[in-house]
Amino acid sequence: MKYAFFPGCLAPVMGRQFELSARKVAKSLGLQLIDSEDFACCGFPIKSVDQETALLLAARNLSVAESLGLDICTICTGCGSTLAEASKELMHNDKLRKTVNEKLQKIGRTYKGNVRVKHFVRILYEDVGPEKIESQVKKRLEGLKLASHYGCHYLKPSEVFDKFEDPEFPRTLDELISVLGAETVEYEDKTECCGGVILDVDDKTALAMAQKKLDHINAVGADAMVLMCPLCGSMYDRNQRVIERRFDGAYNLPVLFYPQVLGLALGIDPKGLGLEMNRVKTSDLLAKLRV
Amino acid sequence: MAITKLDPKFKDEVTKVPGGQNIKRCFQCGTCNVGCPVREIEEKYNPRKIIRMAILGMRERVLSSDFIWLCSACYTCQERCPQDVRIPEVMNALKNLAVKEGYIHSSFAKRMELIGTQGRLFPISKFDNTKRKELGLPEIPPENKEVQELFKLAGLDKLSTTEGGE
Repeated sequence: MKYAFFPGCLAPVMGRQFELSARKVAKSLGLQLIDSEDFACCGFPIKSVDQETALLLAARNLSVAESLGLDICTICTGCGSTLAEASKELMHNDKLRKTVNEKLQKIGRTYKGNVRVKHFVRILYEDVGPEKIESQVKKRLEGLKLASHYGCHYLKPSEVFDKFEDPEFPRTLDELISVLGAETVEYEDKTECCGGVILDVDDKTALAMAQKKLDHINAVGADAMVLMCPLCGSMYDRNQRVIERRFDGAYNLPVLFYPQVLGLALGIDPKGLGLEMNRVKTSDLLAKLRV
Repeated sequence: MAITKLDPKFKDEVTKVPGGQNIKRCFQCGTCNVGCPVREIEEKYNPRKIIRMAILGMRERVLSSDFIWLCSACYTCQERCPQDVRIPEVMNALKNLAVKEGYIHSSFAKRMELIGTQGRLFPISKFDNTKRKELGLPEIPPENKEVQELFKLAGLDKLSTTEGGE
């Protein structure tokens, strides 16, 4: 199990705890992540402006991984879907690949079409597997009630992901939480979007979208929310105080990235999982687990 | 709006932009609106209506609007659309056309500037790399020459920044 590691642009700046914990649990589970200084923007943020250049940015990253002879592992779901979509299009459409290569050659690159792209959590599910993860658990997370949030681009567009998940009733993250001994809770509109993509377009609407989910999770009483995208993380964790102030709410809901939760169960020291970097304090949660 | 202001060929123009191919399949069922998480909060974003306006030929009204920039790209509508209109992709096609007309939303002009110069949406500062080093994370280069070059080749390094009209 060896992948080119694509950290994306948000996690390294505003979700270091996600990147850190992903690397820690990968090491612990025998998943090798290879870095490259040549990775840059995945293309997603500029699809709205110029889709052709967005595809070129994606293809450029695919060519970086191809030169390493590796498939790509992303931790951002947005990067994951954008690169997976480009990989699929360029694998099956020879004419498109030719056009893209004519442009890539101007920056000294080519892409032959051989790279596949998976999100970190999908790799945990498919390559490592819930059974193996369960067998590695050193500290079962008994008594914890966790609310999963998948993030749109882990699921959709489903055709990009070979339909490995059901976009309406997803299960892989819940399964990966359950094998750690924690209880997963269901809540209203579980697959609803965090709003992060339009935060810089209309912050009022975006924050109201995030607030709705916090309300729904609050209603069922979870100890924490568990997610796997740095943008979702920034909406629910980094912006939770902003949401509380704007909408006069009180949530105090810890928001953990799945590798942080997994790391706790694997017996990794919480300090090595960056839990102190989470905005909403996780101390009560750790006290409950007695770690 | 006067009928003379309509451009009946606009829908064909949209079908020629990547992502816009299926716009004419829309039969206005409204499934997109029902599941749209943005619309639930902000009624100004109405994907069914935007598509109807585009098919009717309300070219300027659609391209100069700020509502086309509100899609959060969650793809819920795309999964559920019975006609495979691929609504988020249609929105991308409309926004791509809007940019060509000089209507780029200010937040996207900012995005383009950041990515075009640094190769990433969230720039890496020296402080970030120091923090990363302390955590044992690899340093990240603060710019990417190849992305700069691709932006120049596409003419994206000098985008006009006219604001949307509505």
